[in-house]
Amino acid sequence: MSDQYAVIGKSHIKVDGHAKVTGSAKYTFDMVLPNMLYGKILRSPHPHAKILKIDTSLAEKMIGVKAIVTGKDTLGHKNGPWRRFPELCDEEILCREKVRYIGDPVAAVAAVDEDTAEAAIDLIDVEYELLQAVFDPLEAMKEGAPKLHEHAERNINVTRRIEWGDVNEAFEKCDYILEDQFHTSSQAHLCMETHGAIADFGYDGKLTVWTSTQSNYYIQVLLAGMLGMREGDVRVIKPPSGGGFGSKFELDSAQFCSALLSQKLRRPVKIILTREEEFTATKRKTPMYYYVKVGAQKNGTLLAKEVRVVTEGGAYTAMGSTALYLTGFYSCMPYKWAHYRYDGYRVYTNTAPTSALRGFGAPQAYFAGESMIDMLAAEMKMDSIEIRRKNAVTPHYEVPGQAYIQSCGLNECYDAIEKYMKGRWKLPPNRGIGIGNYAFMSGGIFNWFNTPYAFSAAMVKINIDGKVDLFTGACDTGQGSDTTLAMICAEELGVHLEDIRVHAEDTDLGPADLGSWGSRETLMNGNAVKMAAADAKRQLLEFAYAKMKPNVVYDLDIKDHKIYMVDRPERYVSYFDIVSDVIRAKEGQTIIGRGHYTPHRKGMVSPAWSFGVQAVEVEVDPETGKVKLIEIVTAHDCGQVINPIGVLGQVEGATMLAAGGAFCEDQPMDNGKILNPSIGDYKVLRSVDMPKTVGIEVDTYEPEGPFGAKEAGEGLTSSTAGAMANAVYNAVSVRIRDLPITPGKVLKALKEKKEKGKKEK
Amino acid sequence: MRKELRLTVNGQPYELYVKPKTLLVEVLRNNLGLTGTKRSCESSSCGVCTVILNGMAVKSCSILALQADGAEITTVEGLANDGKLHPLQRAFLDYGAYQCGFCTAGMLTSAKALLDENTKPTEEQIREAIDGNICRCTGYNSIIRAMTAVMNGEYKEEK
Repeated sequence: MSDQYAVIGKSHIKVDGHAKVTGSAKYTFDMVLPNMLYGKILRSPHPHAKILKIDTSLAEKMIGVKAIVTGKDTLGHKNGPWRRFPELCDEEILCREKVRYIGDPVAAVAAVDEDTAEAAIDLIDVEYELLQAVFDPLEAMKEGAPKLHEHAERNINVTRRIEWGDVNEAFEKCDYILEDQFHTSSQAHLCMETHGAIADFGYDGKLTVWTSTQSNYYIQVLLAGMLGMREGDVRVIKPPSGGGFGSKFELDSAQFCSALLSQKLRRPVKIILTREEEFTATKRKTPMYYYVKVGAQKNGTLLAKEVRVVTEGGAYTAMGSTALYLTGFYSCMPYKWAHYRYDGYRVYTNTAPTSALRGFGAPQAYFAGESMIDMLAAEMKMDSIEIRRKNAVTPHYEVPGQAYIQSCGLNECYDAIEKYMKGRWKLPPNRGIGIGNYAFMSGGIFNWFNTPYAFSAAMVKINIDGKVDLFTGACDTGQGSDTTLAMICAEELGVHLEDIRVHAEDTDLGPADLGSWGSRETLMNGNAVKMAAADAKRQLLEFAYAKMKPNVVYDLDIKDHKIYMVDRPERYVSYFDIVSDVIRAKEGQTIIGRGHYTPHRKGMVSPAWSFGVQAVEVEVDPETGKVKLIEIVTAHDCGQVINPIGVLGQVEGATMLAAGGAFCEDQPMDNGKILNPSIGDYKVLRSVDMPKTVGIEVDTYEPEGPFGAKEAGEGLTSSTAGAMANAVYNAVSVRIRDLPITPGKVLKALKEKKEKGKKEK
Repeated sequence: MRKELRLTVNGQPYELYVKPKTLLVEVLRNNLGLTGTKRSCESSSCGVCTVILNGMAVKSCSILALQADGAEITTVEGLANDGKLHPLQRAFLDYGAYQCGFCTAGMLTSAKALLDENTKPTEEQIREAIDGNICRCTGYNSIIRAMTAVMNGEYKEEK
């Protein structure tokens, strides 16, 4: 299929590759500015306390300390990405009266070096009045529980309901009904580059911030709001970034505190969070309590589903409210439930705030959902693929009142996985294969941030030598959006990838754009880039048409630097000649194309959906409960593949992150204190743990996407935990309902199964 | 009290004076400006600071600079030669064995140390060689494929 394209569909080395393999890429972490100071942040050691007094006098006297800021130095604004709902903007970042979790910032110091700043924060004396704290959301929602925020009765932060059909009535008509409960754990993003920023507030009243972020625009707007500045006076630049995974599109303490200190001092201030701060005081994955009830008819039709979810919110709203909505929507996918009801509650707790982590509520939904489907299939004596295939969404299906699906390759994904499973027909004892499937959004339609701009925008500038500057607000944090967008631009314009230079790092240069989260880049940024390139191309073609004077029945296009008649490709003029002529004709102006994209009439969730089916093979050691990953095979539909090597990287990377979350990653707490805030103690999958991974791409064309492309990379984290739980069940007949699937939990379940067996005998 | 330190980094001899508690990674990044070598975990467990010291892959955050006195060190900046990329660097590019790039310097130096010592490692040995290096993006398998390709001679040294 990809032969029709010159650039896309073929693997290309990423545009930032050479800088990254030679060590010449300069991250925020590496940057040093002249006259720069270093900052450190003092954080609350208490989960819930009133701030009575902050005495900074000793620290101020220290040689080398230049400034100290506390909540009193702020405007007292509260921050949050849900700007349409002021009560959900609840994070001061520098607390004024009260701290709500261990790690809440209370003061920040700027000093000549990091050691001095570190020593100075130890000299700041904060007098607290300890308050009763609450850590579990189920406890926090009880009457009389300690209250985190005045406005939130019973600590309920956000509620969501999604409903269609008549669930209660439909359950009456079901032949099989199952209900169960699940719990999902926390996970750290563990970006290899921790959060960090350099803020430089000039005497001209303008602020420049270099920071490792997923959205320049969000940080610009949120910082301006917190500092009482005009957005245009805040410039945010993103150097190469050492990972995001959902942790870097909200305003963070490094960005805010460095900006505040720099505003006071008019000198650049750099703050890089320590690894411990990264674990304890940045956002994390949202743990969720899930109640699920499903009902099916004898003929195998999944008829009704009811879901109730309580999420551990932590101390602030963050993007956790979006996760609450999305987990509720994903819980219906990817099946045609005629009747569905979701009730979600996000509850404040005195723990580090929870938010987005690659998957954004989907991995939790599919862990519970896909476990239930397998349990139901077993009850109904149906094959686990058959029950899924029979009920799966199909092209042109409308999720009632919610979403409209255009392309959908789920059926082909089932075929591919079925074929793979047949090849593995006989497994040794204690081995099992489990499957799971998913649907995932290609960017969200919702605008809780309340941007007045288009969701994505791009600009293309063609220079006299034919080189193309592409301006976009997508932020490449390693996922490869710079390359994907450059390829889309090159394809549309008919030039080579080498002709494109991507400028995706600077709010002063690029158009406003929501940035890189929720799998927006390929479809939303891609559409804006394609439109901008088409706009620039039109200007070339108009001129070429006048020059070539073809019969009007012919049209022109550009490929490989040739502007040619589509039906008579032997007649062409040089791209370079036309570029030079057009600039001359425009009185020396460069050629500029503009593009934008905002989804319209595409439902409430996303304009396009990607799909996948995953098979996970495990081996369980019944003596120790240890689960070994043998192989993970993923068949997925991301529409037209833009950069195959990039997509493969997404498949494998997403699988690892999801398998880690399902398998070993967790953040156990004791009275709100995270017990494993170091990489030594926080277990992740390493090279020796990583099983063989196979990615199978299913070919579809998404009409809404650029060249038919849609999301690839975030959705792939969705199905792994459910598939792994199913695999463990198929291996040793125990059902794990609480993530992660640790040896202890497996062993306990095996023991319970054995005892139950004895009793029944 | 600063002490004299002599070392050779990427073929270039240096003579400097450092405090006894200065880490090797601090000297490389702060004194020599070789910021290709990263820091991330503060607990010697992530491997982004890996460099080659007298032929061995070591975590440069876990040794004092003075312990490296007299040593020959190769960092990621020393892999390419006269503008020509090292075979491992070319393989990493082709196999997409990096994403955010923050772990890449450590991966490349761990990989080079292995292949310099053992020209025909097994897959298990390849995986073990980068066991101390965390990558949060790729899922490791593309790195394993890139290393295997170099081992198999698919990438020759460019003269």
